[in-house]
Amino acid sequence: MTDSTRMNMIQAINSAMDVMMERDPDIVVMGEDVGYFGGVFRATAGLQSKYGKTRVFDTPITECGIIGVAVGMGAYGLRPVPEIQFADYIYPALDQLVSEAARLRYRSAGEFTAPITVRSPFGGGIFGGQTHSQSPEGIFTHISGVKTVIPSTPYDAKGLLIAAIEDNDPTIFFEPKRIYNGPFDGHWDKPTQNWSQHPAGEVPTGYYKIELGKAKVVRPGEALTILAYGTMVHVALAVIAEAGVDAEVIDLRTLVPLDIETIAASVEKTGRCMIIHEATRTSGFGAELSAQVQERCFYHLEAPIERVTGFDTPYPHSLEWAYFPGPVRIGEALKKIMKDA
Amino acid sequence: MARDPVPAHLKKNLPPLSLYVPEPKFRPGDTVDFTQVPIPTAGETRRPEITDDAQSFTDLAYQLVRVLDEDNQAVGPWNPRLTPDMLRAMLRSMAQVRAFDERMFRAQRQGKTSFYMKCTGEEAVAVSAAYALDYEDMCFPSYRQQGLLIARNWSMVDMMNQIYSNSADRLQGKQLPIMYSVKEAGFFSISGNLTTQYPQAVGWAMASAAKGDTRIAATWCGEGSTAEGDFHSACTFASVYRAPVIFNVVNNQWAISSFSGFAGAESTTFAARAVGYGIAGLRVDGNDALAVYAATAWAAERARTNQGPTLIEHFTYRAEGHSTSDDPGQYRSAGEPTAWPLGDPIARLKAHLIALGEWDEDRHAAQDKELAEMVKAAQKQAEANGVLGHGLHQPLDTLFDGVFEEMPWHLQEQQAQMIAEETASGRPWARK
Ligand SMILES: Cc1ncc(C[n+]2csc(CCOP(=O)(O)OP(=O)(O)O)c2C)c(N)n1
Repeated sequence: MTDSTRMNMIQAINSAMDVMMERDPDIVVMGEDVGYFGGVFRATAGLQSKYGKTRVFDTPITECGIIGVAVGMGAYGLRPVPEIQFADYIYPALDQLVSEAARLRYRSAGEFTAPITVRSPFGGGIFGGQTHSQSPEGIFTHISGVKTVIPSTPYDAKGLLIAAIEDNDPTIFFEPKRIYNGPFDGHWDKPTQNWSQHPAGEVPTGYYKIELGKAKVVRPGEALTILAYGTMVHVALAVIAEAGVDAEVIDLRTLVPLDIETIAASVEKTGRCMIIHEATRTSGFGAELSAQVQERCFYHLEAPIERVTGFDTPYPHSLEWAYFPGPVRIGEALKKIMKDA
Repeated sequence: MARDPVPAHLKKNLPPLSLYVPEPKFRPGDTVDFTQVPIPTAGETRRPEITDDAQSFTDLAYQLVRVLDEDNQAVGPWNPRLTPDMLRAMLRSMAQVRAFDERMFRAQRQGKTSFYMKCTGEEAVAVSAAYALDYEDMCFPSYRQQGLLIARNWSMVDMMNQIYSNSADRLQGKQLPIMYSVKEAGFFSISGNLTTQYPQAVGWAMASAAKGDTRIAATWCGEGSTAEGDFHSACTFASVYRAPVIFNVVNNQWAISSFSGFAGAESTTFAARAVGYGIAGLRVDGNDALAVYAATAWAAERARTNQGPTLIEHFTYRAEGHSTSDDPGQYRSAGEPTAWPLGDPIARLKAHLIALGEWDEDRHAAQDKELAEMVKAAQKQAEANGVLGHGLHQPLDTLFDGVFEEMPWHLQEQQAQMIAEETASGRPWARK
């Protein structure tokens, strides 16, 4: 690890693909508008001119086709990094992801694998309405055979994406688009910071990776454990700072495989656990986290586990901020979980 | 299990393969020359009988139905012979669509809403279809057929209320701007997910046929969207059940930054998709309001007389950006829109009416002015109901309406939680 520079999350993601394409000629990047234009969020900008059209190319608008083709390329021996333009558009690809990519290694006893990394912007907070805002990670964590990774900073985004690309199993890499340009504290009515002022906006220009399956304690603390990922890590940090609560905040970074040891050690220490995600509540990933914590740490718990989530509705347009699990919702849950402390 | 050595006769000395990736003719900075785009002479494409077998006119999928010629006359077998009143009505609707688009695009730029999409240069595609279809026919549009609503005389104030997600928005601020739903005007709820409307239109048409109804369905998608699986499912169903449906493929050359070659346009036409499914296919000059009208009326008559589906490719050009989030200068030559060989649909119909002696420049200018005033007045009325500020113009509780017909306990709980949050927040959120 030598030089580093300031990057926002888009630049860090771009740099991860750049570094990996340089190292490995089998890596190909594909998706709607990713080629000449460099992606609607510019994540693949410059890659086509550097690596050529047979390694970085636009695709027809068919998500099912994109993933199916990626599976076939993987069967040949390439390492495709397909982009799905918005996570909300991943559903047409579900059959290829669930029945094919996720099952190939198992059903062929390892003869064929799907070493693909599906990148996709996800999450709301940009007035994108119901088809540019969803958080469907819980659908993928429920599928055996795919890994699910969600970064919360430029530094992590690059290191995790490199690890995902190197991984021999299919990985869903959801990028929290609300924090592409800067961390978001949940106060939609105040100006947002950008990454240039954040320590994790300093990113090595070369190769490094962050092992999948390892969470990060972003703030050590004693009063309670907060489990979060993506945008919600920053909202959680802001809320506890405002409330003056000594919480331990864990950024999961990888949802599957989950770093249960880090989680359990923290909850055993603090005795309280709050889970925060933007996705809808019922059968959301928080339900799995809650079950895991309860199964492993029951005798250490001093209060019921709190889940703070989006509501069980489609993502609304105008009432976005009433939907979003922001400072008020988290603050109320904080009061509840700390009541008898 | 070890594999036996490959026998000598199976080993071949072959040249290496290479991967083909399409590339558009022009990129930013390039001089545009569209002389390579074949434009058949107006009036030259034959018009089959409504009762002809689809297999007997597959050649039409590779031609271009054109009615308006270089001298602004309506010529050939597809001339729908519309009355001057009808022509003026169509011209007016198209001009109104353009005025509406300009105003709402600007409103987005002024921060009054989050998003807008124009259909500039493609007005004829939706407007002419609306005139050629019956009012009772059901439309399953994509996001670029606002012309259907304008031509069906739907309230602009209602459309704007939706764009602003304001307190009078019938869709309760739930949908992204321009994703209208107007059942009363036979306009299906627009989805943000491409091409889902295609099989739905077939289903509606099959239901209409099964019930012995007389109404037909029509649907639209962009050429880029024909790549989605739903497009192909729709074609198969329509072919199998001879559904009374019209498939419109709006080939405006660009799908955000991807030119039509990424949907297969370098190898064949989009109308030719019909050939493989054995359904009627027409390729039409989409900037010729009369050609669009004639093709739609022809397809509608086929559908209404149980002759089955028709796929119409409208060959047109997206004269502006994909949406307010797009900057086409990043990926295509700025010279393209003006160089487009099929001109502008409004200018062409206007010239035709003038050539007929049924219209003049002064009346046109006066109409443009009147329409601009009308749109402005509608905007004022809509803005009285609020604009998208911080999304606080809808009563908060509506957030939970419409997830289900009846609200289950867990949503009731969450709704109560949301209202408690509002109280706890101390924010001035008016919950009127
Ligand atoms: C399933 C799905 N995938 C991707 C998108 C993102 N997207 C929105 S519009 C668009 C381009 C569509 O182009 P085209 O069908 O040619 O229609 P046009 O915009 O030109 O009218 C894309 C890729 C989407 N809305 N839905």
